[in-house]
Amino acid sequence: MKKDIVIIGGGPAGLSAAVAAHEQGITDILILERENALGGILNQCIHNGFGLHVFKEELTGPEYAQRYIDKIAELKIAAKLGTMVIDITRDLRVIALNETDGVLDIQAKAVVLAMGCRERPRGALNIPGYRPAGVFSAGTAQKYVNIDGYLPGREIVILGSGDIGLIMARRMTLEGAHVKMVCEILPYSGGLKRNIVQCLDDYGIPLRLSHTVTKIHGRERVEGVTVARVDANLKPIATSEEYVTCDTLMLSVGLIPENELSRKAGVALNPTTQGPLVNSHLETSIPGVFACGNVLHVHDLVDYVSEEAALAGKFAADHVKNKDTFGSGIAVSCGTGVRYTVPTTIIPDFNERTTTIRFRVDNVYHNHFVSVFFGGDRMYHKQKRILTPGEMEQVLLPKQWFANQPDTKTIRVMLEEE
Amino acid sequence: MRETKNLTCISCPLGCQLEVVVEDGKIVQIANYSCIRGKEYAEKEVLSPKRTITSILPVAGGDVPMVSVKTSEPIPKAKIGDCMRLLKDLKIVAPIEIGDVILANICDTGSDIVATKRVKRL
Ligand SMILES: Cc1cc2nc3c(=O)[nH]c(=O)nc-3n(C[C@H](O)[C@H](O)[C@H](O)COP(=O)(O)OP(=O)(O)OC[C@H]3O[C@@H](n4cnc5c(N)ncnc54)[C@H](O)[C@@H]3O)c2cc1C
Ligand code: SF4
Repeated sequence: MKKDIVIIGGGPAGLSAAVAAHEQGITDILILERENALGGILNQCIHNGFGLHVFKEELTGPEYAQRYIDKIAELKIAAKLGTMVIDITRDLRVIALNETDGVLDIQAKAVVLAMGCRERPRGALNIPGYRPAGVFSAGTAQKYVNIDGYLPGREIVILGSGDIGLIMARRMTLEGAHVKMVCEILPYSGGLKRNIVQCLDDYGIPLRLSHTVTKIHGRERVEGVTVARVDANLKPIATSEEYVTCDTLMLSVGLIPENELSRKAGVALNPTTQGPLVNSHLETSIPGVFACGNVLHVHDLVDYVSEEAALAGKFAADHVKNKDTFGSGIAVSCGTGVRYTVPTTIIPDFNERTTTIRFRVDNVYHNHFVSVFFGGDRMYHKQKRILTPGEMEQVLLPKQWFANQPDTKTIRVMLEEE
Repeated sequence: MRETKNLTCISCPLGCQLEVVVEDGKIVQIANYSCIRGKEYAEKEVLSPKRTITSILPVAGGDVPMVSVKTSEPIPKAKIGDCMRLLKDLKIVAPIEIGDVILANICDTGSDIVATKRVKRL
């Protein structure tokens, strides 16, 4: 089989990329999704708070997804569900499996990676104890409760204060479970303020900052956990240990982009984000392979996923039409306080009005300035009252800056105190 | 009766720790806000806090076993418990469209329980 664009993953990123590519006149598109429905992780995010940027209204996850699913149907974009992509090659062949077609071998002119992310498993944490039933990742628990309608426990301790853990604390409470506490090893929460207030404070659930779980008790089923305060080096303080009874430990300790396929294909990855390195066209180290959404870097707002993916779809369409703009890219580097940037190279593109750099900071900063240097020239300098690792930041670079500074070899994003 | 309430403003990521003094159901003082949005938030949050509630309900005869729902408007925080109890006993049948009203005017809040997911009939 031959296709102009193959999109791997039918979550919000894949759907938005498909719609955008179609708008550019490329209609020979195929979306491959391993689940039996489009919409990705949004199907299990039944809470509201999605869509304020894109649709200017507050939607729940399934409602947000449906808007794009309807659009896909209206444009008659083809999608194969229950189809797992198992391989991508450097020459853009996509190999997938499903029950009706068996093995699919598709030659694409462009591929968009939109596989999303997965949760960091318990193994990454190394908590001693047996492996009793009752230890879940927050996302798995979310799927049980919201898709299957099954409550995985009654007395719950949550480790990690990421947004999914916070959302699940409220969800389990509303369904009648008792959430005893949320432990966060860091001195601050990575979750949104709104979620801390509306998911924990509203229900009187304590947030224990600088605390972690040091042991899981129980052989068959979780019977309790040992909770301890940590010191400045995040090492548990033995004298602060406390036993808490519970039947469920829920982990919300971070998300990792799902890049096994990309790695196998030889796509170069960024060790910090664990997502592909991309240029400002969201093109990876393999020409014709683009990436967007959580597979590229973990996003907190789906609206930004849709926005980013629309760009990836557009540039994939340009690639099919042989309209790539070449030229040596300008390297983007991370200065003080900046953990990573997407993209890591910018191809000055005079078709686009602005080029967006998204980044995350490495700590909580008050009243610092975000600065962007073109070579030695500071082009952007703006004070922010607060910057936190939990909220993705972005700066927009107008195309005039590139026109006025044609000799720029490097762009640096950093935080400055003044 | 004089009472001091502490709350976190959620109108921006700064999360100012607001202090609101309430006397006989009236706000007499708001402290620690850094901008007008914080003051407005405190007023609303102390006098009439409201939340949108989302949940799921079992569906008979559908292509999936559960349908997600929400309140069409935010409801008073104090009524969340009552609403959740009412939802427990609802039984619905496919097909369901997004926006279908499943229960009108829940607990006299003026808000309806509406579906947020499409469920096809099997
Ligand atoms: C639990 C949770 C709660 C969230 N809450 C909020 C919120 O309150 N507000 C907000 O704005 N954002 C929220 N987000 C963020 C937002 O939902 C995500 O950023 C967004 O869904 C990411 O979209 P995506 O398309 O990149 O990934 P996904 O939605 O994960 O979609 C990826 C898709 O790719 C498919 N796939 C993966 N590998 C393969 C393969 N090999 N072959 C075929 N298909 C494959 C998967 O099945 C999946 O459907 C939340 C995210 C999570 C995980
Ligand atoms: S009071 Fe103003 S500055 Fe403080 S959190 Fe609220 S909106 Fe932000």
